[in-house]
Amino acid sequence: MSSVAATADSAGHDHDHGHHAHVDDHLALLKAVPFWSTDHKVIGIQFLLTTLVMMMVGGALALGVRWQLAFPWENMPIIGAFFPASAGGQVTPEFYTMLFTMHATVMIFLVIIPVLAGAFGNFLIPLMIGADDMAFPLLNALSFWVMLPAIFFFGMSFVWNDGWGPNAGPGAGWTSYPALSAIKAAAPGSGWAQFWWLMGVTCVGFSSMMGSINYMTTIINMRAPGMTLLRMPLTIWGMFITAVLQAFALPVLTAAGFMLVADRTLGTCFFIPSGLVVNNAAPTVGGGQTLLWQHLFWFYSHPAVYIMVLPAMGMVSDMLACMSRKPIFGYKPMVYSLAAIAGLGFIVWGHHMFISGMNPALGMTFMISTIMIALPSAVKVFNWIGTIWGGKPEFNVIFLNCVAFVSMFIVGGLSGIFMAAVPVDIYIHDTYFIVAHFHYVLFGSTLFAVFGAIHFWYPKMFGRFMSEGWGKLHFFLTFIGFNGTFFPMHLLGVAGMPRRYADPYLYPYLEHLLPLNQFMTVSAAVMGFAQFILIGNFIFSLFSSRKAGRNPWNANGLEWHAPSPPGHGNFDIPAVVYRGPYEYSSPEHDSDYWPQAEVPKPVVEHESETTPKIAPA
Amino acid sequence: MKWFWCLFFAFWPTLTVALCLASPGLGWWFPGEAASPLGQRIDDLFYLILIICTIAFIGTQAGLAYVLFRGAYDTEPEAVTKKAWHSHGSHELEVIWSVIPAIVLLFIAFYQMDVWAEYRVKSAFPRDKMETALKRVNQKRTTKDSLALAEVTARQFEWLIRYPGFNDDGTLKPLMKDPQPTDLYAVNDLHLPASAPVMINLRTMDVQHSFFLPELRIKQDAVPGLTIPIWLEANKQQTYQLLCAELCGWGHYKMKARFVAESDENFIEYLRQLEREQNEDRVDDEPEPSDE
Repeated sequence: MSSVAATADSAGHDHDHGHHAHVDDHLALLKAVPFWSTDHKVIGIQFLLTTLVMMMVGGALALGVRWQLAFPWENMPIIGAFFPASAGGQVTPEFYTMLFTMHATVMIFLVIIPVLAGAFGNFLIPLMIGADDMAFPLLNALSFWVMLPAIFFFGMSFVWNDGWGPNAGPGAGWTSYPALSAIKAAAPGSGWAQFWWLMGVTCVGFSSMMGSINYMTTIINMRAPGMTLLRMPLTIWGMFITAVLQAFALPVLTAAGFMLVADRTLGTCFFIPSGLVVNNAAPTVGGGQTLLWQHLFWFYSHPAVYIMVLPAMGMVSDMLACMSRKPIFGYKPMVYSLAAIAGLGFIVWGHHMFISGMNPALGMTFMISTIMIALPSAVKVFNWIGTIWGGKPEFNVIFLNCVAFVSMFIVGGLSGIFMAAVPVDIYIHDTYFIVAHFHYVLFGSTLFAVFGAIHFWYPKMFGRFMSEGWGKLHFFLTFIGFNGTFFPMHLLGVAGMPRRYADPYLYPYLEHLLPLNQFMTVSAAVMGFAQFILIGNFIFSLFSSRKAGRNPWNANGLEWHAPSPPGHGNFDIPAVVYRGPYEYSSPEHDSDYWPQAEVPKPVVEHESETTPKIAPA
Repeated sequence: MKWFWCLFFAFWPTLTVALCLASPGLGWWFPGEAASPLGQRIDDLFYLILIICTIAFIGTQAGLAYVLFRGAYDTEPEAVTKKAWHSHGSHELEVIWSVIPAIVLLFIAFYQMDVWAEYRVKSAFPRDKMETALKRVNQKRTTKDSLALAEVTARQFEWLIRYPGFNDDGTLKPLMKDPQPTDLYAVNDLHLPASAPVMINLRTMDVQHSFFLPELRIKQDAVPGLTIPIWLEANKQQTYQLLCAELCGWGHYKMKARFVAESDENFIEYLRQLEREQNEDRVDDEPEPSDE
């Protein structure tokens, strides 16, 4: 770990010899990917590739769910042959519960959290604050490698459940409420599969924790000279606040996970009340309380929702400002609202439990705190719109994805108000309205931000552009498929269709929803196959697309001060920060961008205000 | 191409609003009018939030569309030499767009309190009306006895229902906390008097379930180890659907039952019939050839 002053020196000079050999070799980073490396950029790319693969896996699981809802009990075509337990590939109810459980698990724990914090956090934080690496490079590498046992454990839960079998799998949902998850006899997937699942979650927790410690330390200690807190790009603010959230909330989930494992293996009874008769077995011993799990679980998993969106909000702010050639509208309110969302995020977990039987007085307090979260979210939306206002946007893939982020976040944010209002939540809780809401926030917002971010920082990662045409096609199909899949879910929810039903058409009042479900499944398939375009574009652009210089988007951030791709140690010219990251179209400057590290001209009158105390080496 | 994208982003919100307007006509909306007074108030709150959110939705999406169109104009060739508007924001605007949503949101929050309290807070239950309903079905109870008329116990994957039995004088007993020899049982078939608030106790025998009456807009989790009182009031004498809303294992989707709201007389007659069926040992039965 280097001190701030040392960073500026060593970043440029100590590693200089290595740089020039690497700068022209755009595949240098990729070549290093499969191997052990403690370089934050390699780890970031390792995370990115892993999460992209996992996104395809999670999407495939979702398509299984959608297949069953559109064509209940019909054999899955083609891939059905891989499920010999159910003749012809029928989605049995056991398999169905496993499909949605693992879809959520994979998407949350192996895609969204690691793609934001792991991939972009790792790649961007040192570059954007002007550090040569993370504070703890070894810990950083471990945070990636601990993901692999997690993937292994989740994989085991697919195939090993009291014996090998294609229909194994945890079936308690990603929330894993006891007693379903605590008592082995409670469900076909409550045996070993549940145990593997818990191990996987614990490993992911370790990974996040290592990242979180690293990010906090790096951001606090290793900023380049002149990079004050209020000159940090919003991406860094998003990552920083996320890291703080993780550091405080995650231990609670890990502890709860250990308690559940103890309940299952050591005979403790944290979560199992006495006297239950499960699956005709004798009454359980107990004295525990299942609500305890819900409190502990949501104490982490609600803040986790913000862990899954705050970095995306930061990245979108940076991209929108750059693409609109305008300073971010209201930088300080943006920072404060990030902090407010995180702060409120800690006192709203109970809104997942309005109808769980907890004290109704808590329902009221949680309702107020939850509804108030809409306030900083609204401030952010207004500021994003204000950022484009009067701008000169370039309608490229990045900008389109960012606008989609804002547009979809509005839908997801507004639908959140419905479930924050407790009486309305009585009805829509556990219906598809909830599913619609969180897909709008997590896919509609976060993933569009990630798609934009991939296109935006790809030149920095590999020194080449991604294809614009394919990118737009991917965006177009994804956006249409996304809205076709998830918007009708609001209507299903209002119609009272419960979540996690293998066959809702068993109920007469839901029968007429079948055609709508079929439409949604077709949309989901379109969206799913559109992701192959992204993957293809990602891979082929490595070899065949235009080369990018240091600063292909004429952006201001420090990361564009480094070569593309940056060599080991990041900066060949020491980075010193003279101004905030959003000085676009400034009348005081000739070009419409003004990089943070550009040395001010001596004639500029306001220089004394902006010159940092520490002079460049 | 940029005009295409401007229209693209303006088109989707428009389609969304249109779809929502068309949905009730297409049947993609609530399963009928709320069949209980509380449910109607929940619906009213839903519509209130829907109106507020629709205004916010149209406002923000229109704002987004406007800045996109504006931005597209500003990148036309004749405007290219001009720089974009250099503005770091506006303090006044920030205050305005923080305070107004804050007021609206607090209004939404406080406006909901009553309904929530009435639904879940025991002291706000319509006690008097429940007592009247219990008198009408001729239940003999002291003030200490439960107001509940039935106990619903969820288990994988069915609903067990326990009613109190009858006294020798023909009156209905109060529902005891623990099962009594005279209790009456049914599975997946909940009968209660209509047009009056009645209370039931909700329990679960194994994992967590959730008692969901979509037409009445009532939902309550059944939590292992807890007995949760819920009250409901069906407007009409009718059969309603009863579902499980909380994942309870692989058979979650088939935890199907019905809730029959009927007249007081029919309810008592139903309990009498349960009593006859349960006490019938068939020892004295004449063999009936047609039965076998």
